[in-house]
Amino acid sequence: MAERERIQKPSRSDSEPEPAATEHAGSPSGERLKAEMDDLLDEIDEVLEANAEEFVNSYIQKGGQ
Amino acid sequence: MVVPKICGIETEYGITHRGTEESNPITASSLLINAYLSGLQHAPGSPMARVEWDFEDEMPGRDARGVGGGDVGYEPETHLVNAVLTNGSRYYVDHAHPEISGPECADARSAVLWDRASDAIAQRSMRAAATILPEGQELVVYKNNSDGKGNSYGCHENYLMDRATPFGRIVHGATAHFVTRQIFCGAGKVGTEAPGSDRFAVPFQVSQRADFFEEEVGLETTLKRPIVNTRDEPHADARLYRRLHVIVGDANLSEVATFLKVGTTALVLALTEQDLFPDDLCLATPVQAIRLVSCDLSLRRPLRLADGTTATALDIQWDLLERCSKYCNNFGTDAVGGDVATDVLDRWESVLTQLEVDPLAPATTVDWVAKYRLLDAYRERNACGWNDTRLQALDLQYHDLRPERCVAHRLGLERIVGDDEVLWAIENPPPDTRAYFRGRCLQQFATHVVAANWDSVVFDLGGETLRRVPMMEPSRGTDHHVARLFEECPTPADLIGRLQQ
Repeated sequence: MAERERIQKPSRSDSEPEPAATEHAGSPSGERLKAEMDDLLDEIDEVLEANAEEFVNSYIQKGGQ
Repeated sequence: MVVPKICGIETEYGITHRGTEESNPITASSLLINAYLSGLQHAPGSPMARVEWDFEDEMPGRDARGVGGGDVGYEPETHLVNAVLTNGSRYYVDHAHPEISGPECADARSAVLWDRASDAIAQRSMRAAATILPEGQELVVYKNNSDGKGNSYGCHENYLMDRATPFGRIVHGATAHFVTRQIFCGAGKVGTEAPGSDRFAVPFQVSQRADFFEEEVGLETTLKRPIVNTRDEPHADARLYRRLHVIVGDANLSEVATFLKVGTTALVLALTEQDLFPDDLCLATPVQAIRLVSCDLSLRRPLRLADGTTATALDIQWDLLERCSKYCNNFGTDAVGGDVATDVLDRWESVLTQLEVDPLAPATTVDWVAKYRLLDAYRERNACGWNDTRLQALDLQYHDLRPERCVAHRLGLERIVGDDEVLWAIENPPPDTRAYFRGRCLQQFATHVVAANWDSVVFDLGGETLRRVPMMEPSRGTDHHVARLFEECPTPADLIGRLQQ
């Protein structure tokens, strides 16, 4: 195989990690991502177990390996 | 010497029986598997006879460290349903869970394909059970590793290794990787189940399993779990090989995560066999470190090394990537999956680069990131805390294998294998390991196969004794070796006659 280039770690900025892209509400792509996440959350509300509390409490497994 | 990194994935699925008060997980698991097997037997034109697992060579109590390791007293559950499938896998009830142990695969891409086939078999099993159960009842299968109440069940990996490599050296190399690889193959979890911790002392963590590891090395798999498991049950020629049984990983919904989990581990183990794993890359306190890494979503937490210096999980992964890359340049990729290994290196570099810039960037490849982003957005929209039961429900539902209910399914995770391939892999074995021989025997001669296991197939040819065909070499019995033989042998007696020549 061809010689791989020596791997360069990207340098990390000193600031805190960039917040997730969903929070870039100002930019056009940020708006689009936020709209996508809103649609997804609407969809997720329909998938969520009707009685979340009962579902979570009754999800009990025996320990395995 | 580096031996081919033949590998396989075994998954213990979570299971619930909905619509009834009288739910017993062993009965539910048996019902699930039997429903699937009956469906196969009653399919039109199906030659499938049920073939049972052969327990002849099971010895899970044997310790790789030699004498003194102790026997954990774990006996295989021989009385429960335990079948071999035509794709070379084993489908059975283990510790009150349905488990599918996938076939031996020659590379990480194959491992992903047959892992997906296992999930598809579980989905078909749910549908088959629905036709048997009374109306209003349903079996539901979850591909996760914890119930959020302190009970864990495993997704294990297995890798073929050279018997001549000292076990201590394997422990040294594997530990640093197992503690740090979770940054890209963790499946994510709300809260903590670490003994003695408040359930929400940690809002969200990287790994499903990290809370359950209490030892560095050991034989246990169900309590006081060790980061490196010493079970010495090679299922192959024990003079040449060992099988490293890896119990530390999470079950993944992301195909890229499964690909990286298996692919990077195969490379790191090859590095270890070649004795190129650096002596100084040794964590001071691995059990503490595995939990630190899991609970640090910033990925910036320094881990103490044995020589007194520190490194982050990302630092260690960059170091391993660079060394594995050099290994491939110097020794080639034949033993680590050929061209697939090159793809592993590329994706490994890509995911580390993304995580370095923003730990929440790889949202379509890393399970914990995909899950965290959704749950965090849900939490923000509903102005609730991390202890809200709806978030715990979504955490569990991420792993629900019913396509219409699976949350992971809706998050746009990148695919590596196609749906058509998965359909094919439900019924067919990998072509390039001994799983091919096992699968072909079942496809062609199922009514004459009385039992099979990893390293043999037992035939009943109607004579006084049964005939066992040993398969002690995992890289033999491939499509290339035996496909023509199967075409030329109309009966199992012909096959055995030809094999004896």
